[in-house]
Amino acid sequence: MSPGSRMPASSAADARTVLGEDDIARALTRIAHEIVERNKGAVDVVLLGIPTRGVQLARRLAERLAQIEPSFDGEFGTLDVTMYRDDLRRQPTRAVGQTVLPGSLDGTIDDKVVVLVDDVLFSGRTIRAALDALNDLGRPRVVQLAALVDRGHRELPIRADYVGKNLPTSRSERVRVRLSDVDGVPDSVVISDAAPAQDGGAR
Amino acid sequence: MKHLLTTQGLAKDDAILLLDTAAQMAATQSRENKKLPTLRGRTVVNLFYEDSTRTRISFETAAKRLSADVINFSAKGSSVSKGESLKDTALTLHAMGADAVVVRHSASGAAHQLAHGGWLDAGVLNAGDGMHQHPTQALLDAFTIRRHLVGGVGHDGRGTDTSAGADLAGLRVAVVGDVLHSRVARSNVYLLHTLGAEVTLVAPPTLVPVGVETWPCRVSYHLDETLEQWQPDAVMMLRVQRERMSGGSGAFFPSPMEYSRKFGFDARRLAVLPDHAIVLHPGPMNRGLEISAAAADHERSVIVEQVANGVAVRMAALYLLLSGETGQTTDERNAQ
Repeated sequence: MSPGSRMPASSAADARTVLGEDDIARALTRIAHEIVERNKGAVDVVLLGIPTRGVQLARRLAERLAQIEPSFDGEFGTLDVTMYRDDLRRQPTRAVGQTVLPGSLDGTIDDKVVVLVDDVLFSGRTIRAALDALNDLGRPRVVQLAALVDRGHRELPIRADYVGKNLPTSRSERVRVRLSDVDGVPDSVVISDAAPAQDGGAR
Repeated sequence: MKHLLTTQGLAKDDAILLLDTAAQMAATQSRENKKLPTLRGRTVVNLFYEDSTRTRISFETAAKRLSADVINFSAKGSSVSKGESLKDTALTLHAMGADAVVVRHSASGAAHQLAHGGWLDAGVLNAGDGMHQHPTQALLDAFTIRRHLVGGVGHDGRGTDTSAGADLAGLRVAVVGDVLHSRVARSNVYLLHTLGAEVTLVAPPTLVPVGVETWPCRVSYHLDETLEQWQPDAVMMLRVQRERMSGGSGAFFPSPMEYSRKFGFDARRLAVLPDHAIVLHPGPMNRGLEISAAAADHERSVIVEQVANGVAVRMAALYLLLSGETGQTTDERNAQ
């Protein structure tokens, strides 16, 4: 039920790769540096990935933060937003994912700097759901957003603090992020045409 | 899933999805703020024609934790005592815009009739119909068994449940007691079988229903023999349903004392089991009859945890029935 599994294989024909493996690695390294710069270190930073691919991106960011800032413990969490979505009645039933906070937090995110990590920022509705989900977990001091790709077409007043790449797209195009540890193919960001309108994977 | 009426014929994938969803729901219940906004604006009606404490409270808690509105309807003190039929009550609920109806009824098949009678377009959850089925109880039993025996959660209920996606393959479960009157036993036999567990029913011959040979389980008349030779991983004690034993059918066993000796679970019988084995009971317990106080309060008894898990399982069932577009079949969902 992950967004990627719904993609028909035939759409690969007119696909074009906009970011390759090295581009993604460089973007994540830059985002890690920006997080440290903006927050003057990584003392209270908590990385929370939004399933499915946000989790893997959070893991990679955590590794980089630990290299830059030895005080950072390399931990990251996951934040499932399924039960907070505003389209539950319009979509087929979604399986509920896992929410796991980093073990060192003792179950609270109060007064932390939470950095939400997602793969594609699109309508902003996933992030709205994530903000609601965070609200039920505690009261962070600051919430920031890191997205690998910002493709525009926001439907809510939400912006990312850290962006891997701004990607001007048309609504009918489909942006897919593939990560080796989720999809079993080399990392890439691919744009393809002719996305059906009811595509649940687009954000 | 539109309705949850029976565990017989429930697909294995759906059963595992229910258990996995329940695990995520359970994880949210240890938070300070236990309430989720998921079913805001939906209405769940608890339609109880039979007395119930824990099932009704459990469903009510589950619906409220998901922010649904809950309307409780019990036959006592309603127009049912004036002679209103199930159909007319259903039409009333339909007119009021119920999204889901949780029904308990003394007649087997009442939930099925409510779901397929064409009176309602709400999802129907069977909370026990006569001597037929009680699917959420079986799901919470399976969830509890999976947490402990597959997921590696300790006897104190602490520890991380690692059983996501797993079934119960190879586990042995003994279901002991009043099988004849027990919808819990019927639901469990089918669900545990679907999940890959082996089930043995243990009961005096008078409390074994006609037709049991068609069920996917074994039957034994000797508790001690089963415990010693078969070494079950979980023992599920059933309540002796005295309220269903009156009437023309007479007595099913000579005396409570004799029943307790031959089929009651106590510390001595607990000691025969393997060290990892757990003891379940759907409640309410007749202490001293089917289970002794020493066994019920033993650290390997998970009876209190079953109640907590019941809320998580019912949250999962309500979520899976009420979220998503209505009228979808499993096949359509899997194809997405």
